[in-house]
Amino acid sequence: MTQDSRLKLNRIDQFFQQRNEPVLNIYFTAGFPQPDSTRTILSGLQKAGADLIEIGIPFSDPVADGPTIQQSNKKALENGMTLRLLMEQLKGFREEVQVPVVLMGYLNPIVQYGIEQFCQDCEAVGIDGLILPDLPMYEYQIFYKEFFQKHGLHNIFLISPQTSEARIREIDANSQGFIYMVSSASVTGAKQGISQEQLGYFERIQQMKLKNPKLIGFGISDRESFQQASRYAEGAIIGSAFIKLLEKLEQPEQDIKNFVESIKQPATQSAK
Amino acid sequence: MSEYRVNEHGYYGSFGGSFIPEMLYPNVEELRERYLAILESEDFQKQYHQLLRDYVGRPTPLYLAERLSERLGASIYLKREDLCHTGAHKVNNTVGQILLAKALGKQKIIAETGAGQHGVATATVCALMGLECIVYMGQVDMERQKPNVERMKLLGAEVRPAMSGSRTLKDATNEAMRHWINNPADTHYIIGSVVGPHPYPDMVARLQAIISKEMRAQLKEKTGTENPDYVVACVGGGSNAAGAFYHYLDEPSVKLIAVEAAGKGVDSGESAATTFLGKPGVLHGSKTLLMQTEDGQVTEPYSISAGLDYPGIGPLHAHLFDSKRAGFLAVTDAQAMDAGIRLSKLEGIIPAIESAHALAALEQMELKKSDVVIVNLSGRGDKDLETYIKWGGY
Repeated sequence: MTQDSRLKLNRIDQFFQQRNEPVLNIYFTAGFPQPDSTRTILSGLQKAGADLIEIGIPFSDPVADGPTIQQSNKKALENGMTLRLLMEQLKGFREEVQVPVVLMGYLNPIVQYGIEQFCQDCEAVGIDGLILPDLPMYEYQIFYKEFFQKHGLHNIFLISPQTSEARIREIDANSQGFIYMVSSASVTGAKQGISQEQLGYFERIQQMKLKNPKLIGFGISDRESFQQASRYAEGAIIGSAFIKLLEKLEQPEQDIKNFVESIKQPATQSAK
Repeated sequence: MSEYRVNEHGYYGSFGGSFIPEMLYPNVEELRERYLAILESEDFQKQYHQLLRDYVGRPTPLYLAERLSERLGASIYLKREDLCHTGAHKVNNTVGQILLAKALGKQKIIAETGAGQHGVATATVCALMGLECIVYMGQVDMERQKPNVERMKLLGAEVRPAMSGSRTLKDATNEAMRHWINNPADTHYIIGSVVGPHPYPDMVARLQAIISKEMRAQLKEKTGTENPDYVVACVGGGSNAAGAFYHYLDEPSVKLIAVEAAGKGVDSGESAATTFLGKPGVLHGSKTLLMQTEDGQVTEPYSISAGLDYPGIGPLHAHLFDSKRAGFLAVTDAQAMDAGIRLSKLEGIIPAIESAHALAALEQMELKKSDVVIVNLSGRGDKDLETYIKWGGY
């Protein structure tokens, strides 16, 4: 299995080779709003046309997240969600969902699960990559890289407006899949809309011509901010705005479809 | 190179490191690159020691507690950190870090606080230097520690309630880190203990090391030797213990005793005794011993003492535990309260309930008549008066 995965092209790479439209990556927290929502949301997102899906592993202390995602983590934990349960829920999801799927989470639950076991189980269920905001590059290279690579998992690094050019180059050289471009100095869901200052940063990164695709996240919430971000990067990531939808979900499939369409569809019905 | 000093990657043995989101990397990296040069500079040293002497009131006395010694059958010295300005050792660190923040050109200061002692010590030095100060405090702690909230406000600080999670110290720390992510350019985060990403544990330990530096000189003056048989200190995150142990780490003849809060009993489910209950994990930027569930969710600690109510310990202490360089004891609420009341009656010193844990541990130790013991009396009990009154029995 391991050998196959090395020869096989990672779904994320495959996807970026073929894509020609702006890429929409949607984040949701596992175990939210219901303990068993994971599969419903996954297949709902694929049907609705999300290009990539990011599943959050709930954690008691999500320091890079704003109130919306914090609340979803808290609720998921109250729902009894665990990383083990998530792995159980993900068994067989590849029969329904073909788009690339990455797991996002803080390091501690993964350390307790056991890093090697975690990577092995990710590969077995069909996960393509990992976003671990509190795993720094140094630790990754010394302790984790070996396991990620052995199991065909791309490690997705973050960059922010404060990241130096030299470090961006280093991150680009060590990245696989795509680079997660944090849109401003903030936690998730903190800001609405995109400022001139942010556009300057987007432009600066665009001109660096990195080898990896870039997706812009944090503060992307609607069609306008999605399209604006997509002019400077391959696409964007929506998290908090989707969690807000899940908070008041009525008809999962239809609601998710409407949400994704409201972001992806061209502005033909715009009132402006 | 001592095996108890941090290595170049920020590790003490297998603990430590710098597990922070990329958004904080530039700030932490700037600190890592510059803290040693700043701390060792002549300018810093001069200002730091001047402030410690004239403003904090150092050196604090090393006091032979004769009646307590008689009771315990050994020579017990108290290092009187309770006599520091603001009432605890916390100010040694904040004086140092405010000078460092100025050297880095930062205009704003943030801090987290549990009982409010570190918050008060931070608000104090911000007033002294005329810097803007925001202190995050769990909403539950704000209710429990109202006088300290008012002290911070009186000193000109803004106190922001941490409303997330369990609304205590751990959550205040999360909120302070989020604030720093949102305001990286002009803000310095003064962490109050030997926790957080490298270089914080080492930086805070160095700023608290004045405690053991003075202990050595004072003990030599009193007894002719620098080295006691034991140094005893309480551990929440572990800053006063780090300071009290620092200059003894490489003196194997000096036994180091770290005292954790057992709350209602180590196995009661309401405890903060991390080395007894924790496993290695990652929180607030470092790999250390952590109280957590099997799934890796950080659990809520409990202690009657808000200053010991933290689910982890600093990575230095995790290493001292792992390497057996320090012995770890656990003291319950009841044992600590008894020890606090006893010191009040025997010596006329009302200790902070944190420090009372260190005193209570003496009762568990098998001391000989010839033993010389230094207890770090990290803070005074004024802030705990309400807790003493509620507890009663005096």
